[in-house]
Parts: sequence; structure tokens; C-alpha cells
Amino acid sequence: MTVALAVAVAALALLPLGYIVWYAFDLGWSGIQELVFRPRVGELLWNTTRLVLGTVVACCVLGVGAAWLVERTSVPGRRIWHVLLVAPLAVPAFVHSFAWISLLPGLDTYAGALLVVTLSYFPFVYLPVVAAFRGLDPALEDTARGLGLSTWAVFRRVQLPQLRVALLGGSLLVALHLLAEFGALQMLRYPTFTTAIYDQYQATFNGPGATTLAGVLVLLCLVLLLAEIRLRGRRTYARGTRGATRPVRPVALRGLTAPALLGLAVLVGLSLAVPLGSLGYWMARGASALDWNLLTSTTGTTLGLGATAAVLTTAMALPAGWLAVRARGRTTTLLERSTYLGSSVPGIVVALALVTISIRATPWLYQTVPVLLAAYAILFLPRAVVTVRSAVEQAPPLFDDVAASLGSSALDRLRRITLPLLAPGIGAGAALVFLAVVTELTATLLLAPTGTRTLATAFWSASSSLDYGAAAPYAVVMVLLAAPATVLLSRDARRGLTT
Amino acid sequence: MSSLTVTGVTRSFGAGTPVLRGVDLHVPSGSFTALLGPSGCGKTTLLRIVAGFDEPDAGTVALGDRVVAGGPGRSVPARRRGIGFVPQEGGLFPHLTVAGNISFGLPRRQRRDGGRVRELLELVGLDAALAGRSPHQLSGGQQQRVAVARALAPAPSLVLLDEPFSSLDAALREETRTAVSAALAATGATAVLVTHDQAEALSMADQVAVMRHGRLVQLTDPRTLYRSPQDLDVATFVGEAVVLDADVRGGTAHCALGAVPVDGGYPDGPARVLLRPEQLRLSTPGSAPGEVVARVDGVDFFGHDARVRLALPTAGTVSARLEGGELPTTGADVAVTVRGTALVFPVAATGVPAPLQPLG
Repeated sequence: MTVALAVAVAALALLPLGYIVWYAFDLGWSGIQELVFRPRVGELLWNTTRLVLGTVVACCVLGVGAAWLVERTSVPGRRIWHVLLVAPLAVPAFVHSFAWISLLPGLDTYAGALLVVTLSYFPFVYLPVVAAFRGLDPALEDTARGLGLSTWAVFRRVQLPQLRVALLGGSLLVALHLLAEFGALQMLRYPTFTTAIYDQYQATFNGPGATTLAGVLVLLCLVLLLAEIRLRGRRTYARGTRGATRPVRPVALRGLTAPALLGLAVLVGLSLAVPLGSLGYWMARGASALDWNLLTSTTGTTLGLGATAAVLTTAMALPAGWLAVRARGRTTTLLERSTYLGSSVPGIVVALALVTISIRATPWLYQTVPVLLAAYAILFLPRAVVTVRSAVEQAPPLFDDVAASLGSSALDRLRRITLPLLAPGIGAGAALVFLAVVTELTATLLLAPTGTRTLATAFWSASSSLDYGAAAPYAVVMVLLAAPATVLLSRDARRGLTT
Repeated sequence: MSSLTVTGVTRSFGAGTPVLRGVDLHVPSGSFTALLGPSGCGKTTLLRIVAGFDEPDAGTVALGDRVVAGGPGRSVPARRRGIGFVPQEGGLFPHLTVAGNISFGLPRRQRRDGGRVRELLELVGLDAALAGRSPHQLSGGQQQRVAVARALAPAPSLVLLDEPFSSLDAALREETRTAVSAALAATGATAVLVTHDQAEALSMADQVAVMRHGRLVQLTDPRTLYRSPQDLDVATFVGEAVVLDADVRGGTAHCALGAVPVDGGYPDGPARVLLRPEQLRLSTPGSAPGEVVARVDGVDFFGHDARVRLALPTAGTVSARLEGGELPTTGADVAVTVRGTALVFPVAATGVPAPLQPLG
């Protein structure tokens, strides 16, 4: 029963991927050759690759530098800096992009795109590196210093090698997000696969051009995902050692304190103050024309969609998450991995696949809320599966056995043991899905029924017609809704900070 | 309170890896029995079958006269067996307080009764003020005691303890053992303790069941087990041993430690003898004719007593256990005499690569 449900969920998750594969077979090798080996595709590949590489390098430098300052040096106000360095995550990338381009229209270049996506994505590297720094045994650093190594040599020869796994994980996360990024790059008019697919779709609906581009993009994602899975397998070893129990003696910066503070201030200023300031500016400009009713109804629609998707997606994650822990085996691992695989497909591809499938197979479902909810489920299942899975791990079968020996029936155990233990994990998973849906743009643009406006699409249509003042309020509401999740993220990692 | 009778229980996991190969065990009502064996011998599997978490492939389990598993009908589910279970790490429900954990198995009306919880906390020697704490705020020893109180709360006919002290450090282990023993004795519950720690089994239990490779090897009281183990394997498992090759002639074993009287009748011929280190006595060498002189290889001083490692002239090493008063120094020659009698085992019963066995 549980297995059947998990299989059904996995099948849904793999639907877009299956569509791309089926399409490729249908097209045949010669058709693919004709559509893929074109100068246009080469150009997009070059654009995408250099943006991904540049962003990953920049994010690593910023993320590791900031994490080292906050975790291992005497820089003043480390707690506050930590929160400020995670905070850019509360601003969706396309809002970052809006904030910059609306102030500096000249940013529609490679350098501009690199700047904007780096500023919105560097916390993806910063967070795991901070966590890794906390897991490092300070005794190793002390030993290295005792052997005569300088602070720089300690960083390079002792800390950096141990951060490798966290750094790789963060880099892959940045790369996968960037491959799927649509809104931010479209707004900056920087052509990559996602924006090209969207333009093709606008021009020819679901023509072969869009689908083959989607196929190439999916291939890129799968390569990265394979790397991620291989890395995840090793990560458990890296985390095997117990966390540091002894407080770390921070490196005294002395004369370098001022430059360090300046560096952090510039980073936070660019990644947080500029977007928020820009939003405030446009908000003030457009305040007179603000339509409160429209804003309220759009927020209501978004919250409703988010809540429904959260409940639905978490419910769908339960069988896979449960089986992955309680019935560990080849099949259940495969089922769990299928949900990850399905969601590594960018939102634009998921949307494209669902549009085509719903038109061909179930025309009565085309442009309805269920299809949109299905897209959300496919995209955000892993967030729910991961949290449900770790919640099930917190409730080992031992508790069931003990409760049974105390005379508790199966139903009684579900009520008094299993549900209370799973509830926090299920809640956290639902909250993560909810927040992701609230700021989702790409799939919503393509799949929302005519007349259904979410915060993201309303923001998008206003900013596309360069009505920045009308767009800003929607962005502000999105940032406010996403902020709690960011606070949670930073608080979780803040525990055990060394002061 | 009721007795426990296990008859011919077998259990295999997967394709033909037998874990239990026909275990018979009787635990009298109100007694404390330890299931002792090295890890992997099947003792935890047996415990889980008794508790009802697992089913035997064959054989029966009976509580008093009631067959609960392997009988003609369906086996009785765990929740209807009335067996208390104390898992290895305590297994306290993390979302409930101490009071919530202890009262978990009580009927609904009694759950809110704080008096019953206080009574049980007192029984296991804990402060009643702990009732409102969460499990993660307790020390390991306190968690184990709460787990025992939780198991005892519904007044079970039998309590099963699955290596409950193995995760505690030495000092805490002693204290927790004493408190748990007292609580079990006070309620008069029949108890079965699974352990791989021979000192724990010998000190706590009324009877010890030694298990090996899925079989029950010996079931007896702790003293008999230590003094008359079934075979050399059991002997070396339940305590430090001196095992020597010997030649038995007319009730006396001739071995590297001289002539030692043997226990019971044993036919003349080659044999292996077992002595305990505390049976060896050391004195200044010199006077007596035919005395065995050994060289002191090393001394491990423990405070209350000490272990002296002795190199015997016939190229073997044995240990003597001495009180901590006057100890020889390393390198000195000492005369070794044996107090009491030796246990004799047939030569075939070797295969014990114990470190204390003479080489060659």
C-alpha cells in the first residue's frame, strides 16, 4: 500500500523527465542533430557555462571568506553579521535582479548578471561552510599552530581541505539553481537556456525548438545531480566526527579589523541594503497608485495556493520518506532518489512538459489549478521528503516496541507516539514548500489559469512593462513572507557560535 | 508475577543464517536471570521473541501456564503480554516528560495521578522533582532508571532488560545497577537481563544462562557457574583463568605448577586443568623441595588488588591475583603454590585462544 503510493508519487515526479526523453526518441537522432548542433545552442551553452563558472567561483570566495571571518576571527558583532549574511536568501533572485536593473539599466551584460546572481546566491555556499567550520575540531588548528604554521598556512593546509566537501556541496547547489534560474536573467536580458526556452515558447508555443533546448538543459542538470549524489554519499563520512566541544580561540585581527569590517559591510550592503533600499524607493514612488484591493486579493490567492501545495506535497512525501527509513532497500532508495531526480529539472522544463502533456492527454485539465499544484509538487517534493525522512529517523521503531510492551494498541501508538514525533518534521517540510511556492515564478507564469494572479506573476507583469512602482509592493510582500524561513535558517546555524 | 518457559525456540534471519538453534530456558517466578553471552550469540533475539516484537520459527514461549508464542492459536501480541521492556539506551519517548513516560502504560484514569509517578520515581531512587523534566535533560543513568520505572508502572508479570547499563560509564553503572536491582527486588518482579558483561551477570542475577552460537550452554547460579563451568570456553568467558596442560594420575594433576589435587573423579591420562588467578600464592623461593619457581614478568597494580604476570620455567605465562599489600617486583623470582583444587577438562576441549594459556 505504502509502496504503491510511493511509486505513484515517483511516477509523477519523473513525468517531465520522461516527457523529454520520449520527445527525444520521437524526434530521432537526425532530428536532434538538426536542432541541437546549431550556432544558437552553442552560444547559449557558452553563456550558461561562463555564468555558472564565474558565479560558483565568486560565491566560493565570498562564502568562505565571510564564513572564516564570522567563525574564526575576532571581528566585532559576529552574531549580527551571521544573520545579515544569510538574510539575502529572503529576497528571491528575480527581485534582486529587479532592484539592480531598475536603478542601473546598464547592468544587462555578463558582468551585471555575474554581480546580481552572485549577490543573491552566495549564502548557499556561506551556510554549509559555516556549518563545516563549526564541525571542525579546533584541536587540529591548535596542533598546526603548535607545529609552527602561520594563520594563512593553517587556513590553507588544515581548514580548507576539511571544508572541501561543504564547499563542493554549496557550489553544486549554486550551479543547479543557476541552471534553473529564469526570472533574474530574463530581467537582466542575459540569454541562457531558460530564457531561450521561454522566448521560444512565447513564439511557437510548444514547438520542437523549446523542447530540444529543454533536453540539453536537463542533460546539464543531470550531470550536476550525479556529482551531487556521489558527494552526498561521501558527506556522511565527513560528518562522522563529533562537533567541537571546546570553544575556539578566535584569530585576533588587530590592525586588519577595519578592512574586515569594511569588506563585510560592502558585501551586506550590496546583497541586502541595495535590494531593500531599491524596493523601498520604488515603493515610495508608486505608493499613491497602490491598489490595496488588488494587492490583498493577490496575496490571498498566493497564500491559498501555497497552503494547498504545502499540504499536498507533504502528504505526497510521506510514503517515500517513511519507506526510505523504515524499509531501507534498493527499491525504496530508488523511489526516494526519483523524487530528487524529478525536481532537478528546472521549473521552465517542468512547466513546458506539463503544458504539452495536459493539452495532449487531458485537455480538460489544461490551465487549471490541479496542473499548477502538480508542478509545485514535482519541483518542491525533495524539500518535503528530506524533512519527513529526518523526522522518521527521529522516531525509530524501538519507540513502537516499547509502547506496545506497555499495552498500547496500533492506533494508540500512532496517536501518542508516531504522530507527535513526526509532527515537527512534517510541519517544517510543509513550511519550506509553502515558502518556495510563494516566491515561485517560472512554472506559475506558464501554468497559472488565466486570471489567476500570484505575487510573483503580478510583480513580473508590472516590472516587465517597466512599471517599477507598481511592481515593488508585490516584491515587498514576498520578502516579508520569506523572511521567517530565513530567520529559522540562520538561527539553526547560529547555535554554538563561539561568543 | 509469573515464570517464563522457553522451549525449543529457533529463529533464522534471511537465507539460512540461524540465530537461535533450539533454546530451552526456564525462569522461575520472582527470580532474576541474566542471559550472558558475547555479542552475536542471539541473546537479544531471544529477548525480542519473549517480548513479542519478533516471532520464533519454531518452539514455544509461555508465561506461567499461558503459551504466548508458538502455541496452537495465534501468538499473543506484545501489548497483551504484560511484559515490561527496558531497551539499551533507555528509549524514553523524547516528546514526553519524565512523568509522561512513566505513566505511559497506565490506564487513562491513573495517568494524571501524580502520586503513582512519585511512587515509581522513589522506587528507582530518583528525586520526585524530576517528574517535569524532558528526557534530554537527564543523565544517562537517570534515563535508565526512568525507563525501568516506566516498565514497572503497569505492574508487569515479567521485566526484560536489554543491556541497560552498557552505555553508562563505570562509576555510574555500579550505582544504577544497585538502584535497579533494589527496585526489581522491591516489586518482586521476575526479571531477565541481557548482558555481555560477566561481572554484571554474576553480581546481579540469581541464575545465569550462558549463550553461545544460538544455544544455551549452561544455566545455573552465579557461584556454580564460576566454580564449575561447563567447559573451558565458558570458564574463560565468565572470569580470568589459568589453563594448563596436565597429566592426571590418581586424583592429582601434574602440570607446570606442580601437583594439584583435582575436583571429582577423572580418569588417568592427559587433560587440561583450569585454575583461577586468585588460587595462586607466591612466596620467597628457597626451602621446599620440588617447588615451582617463576619469574615475575610484570605487575598490574589496581589498588585493592593486583595482577602479577608470571613466566613459568616451562615457557608459559600465567597470572596470579594478589591482595595489594606485599607485591614482588618485576624480574624477581618467586615460588608459586596452588590453593584449592583444579577443574579438569578433556584435551579435546581446547580451541580457547585465551591470552593466559601457556604457549606450547
